[in-house]
Amino acid sequence: MPASTVKSAYWTGVRHGAPFLLVIVPFAVLFGVVGTEAGLNLAQVMGFSVLVIAGAAQFTAVQMMSDNAPTLIVLATALAVNLRMAMYSASLTPYVGDAPVWKRALVAYFLVDQTYAVGHARFEARPDMTLAERLAYLFGVITPICPMWYVMTLVGALVGQEIPPEFALDFAVPITFLAMVAPALRTAAHVAAAGVSVVLGLALAFMPYNTGLLVAAVGAMVVGAQVELWLGRRA
Amino acid sequence: MSQSTLEIWAIIAALGVGTFLLRFSFLGMIGNRKMPDWVLRHLRYTPVAVLPALVAPMVVWPQATGGDFDLPRVLAAAATVLLGYLTRNVLAAIGAGAVTLYAMLYLLG
Repeated sequence: MPASTVKSAYWTGVRHGAPFLLVIVPFAVLFGVVGTEAGLNLAQVMGFSVLVIAGAAQFTAVQMMSDNAPTLIVLATALAVNLRMAMYSASLTPYVGDAPVWKRALVAYFLVDQTYAVGHARFEARPDMTLAERLAYLFGVITPICPMWYVMTLVGALVGQEIPPEFALDFAVPITFLAMVAPALRTAAHVAAAGVSVVLGLALAFMPYNTGLLVAAVGAMVVGAQVELWLGRRA
Repeated sequence: MSQSTLEIWAIIAALGVGTFLLRFSFLGMIGNRKMPDWVLRHLRYTPVAVLPALVAPMVVWPQATGGDFDLPRVLAAAATVLLGYLTRNVLAAIGAGAVTLYAMLYLLG
């Protein structure tokens, strides 16, 4: 396979990953600030961002540690927040399962919401991509996102200044996530799944440890699959 | 925070390992073995099944307003979805959401 298509897949990935700096930068800074203010030292703050590399779970853990929650409860809650990653893992497996185990491990380590959603959308839209192109694309998406998560965490921990609330950066997460989802609404089955996801996500938001999210996701996946079957039978 | 240094590092390490195992689970264990059609049919909808449920509460009950419904944020979310759907372009969708949010926060203040 020509090296040039792999190289161009990598750079396409870099381009597609870059917009998410909008959300990575402020939230990494915020984690550095919040972690430091909670009493973590620099190495511990960086330990979170490098070893865990999952924003929502990191914030959850630090919040609960500040509240002096028992260690096992901290771990169970933060890992529950990350359970969706297992769904991501399953859904990327058909696309990169042929890769050697160390490359799959590397993909797994960097499997954050953004790299997953962008990668999955690309692989679905271009079923003829080779394995090498898929991996190059994924690592391209990872390139602007994950290193900046570390760097901006460090900046936040050292500078200790939050970005002022007037910038409304709290809403960077919803906007960037919705921007990833909307282009994926390609068929009636996708729209139905997303609709059920919203309704169940809101209705089950009261459930503890983020478990409502998982129930909502499974419900939405079942609806998507059933609508797909039903449309297939009608066609 | 009352945890000892050792406890803090134990939490970080356990969370790191646990999160990696969640991410590696299927990629590692299934690898190139074929999954049944019905499983693949469900997995196709993973992004549109997870992300809307994750985001919907942030849109309807934003933390920045203490959980109160906020028209600029809801309009910004709607603009993001609309532009993303019509243009299939992530950057255009983010731009539409950001412009709508700042414009509405300014106008509706």
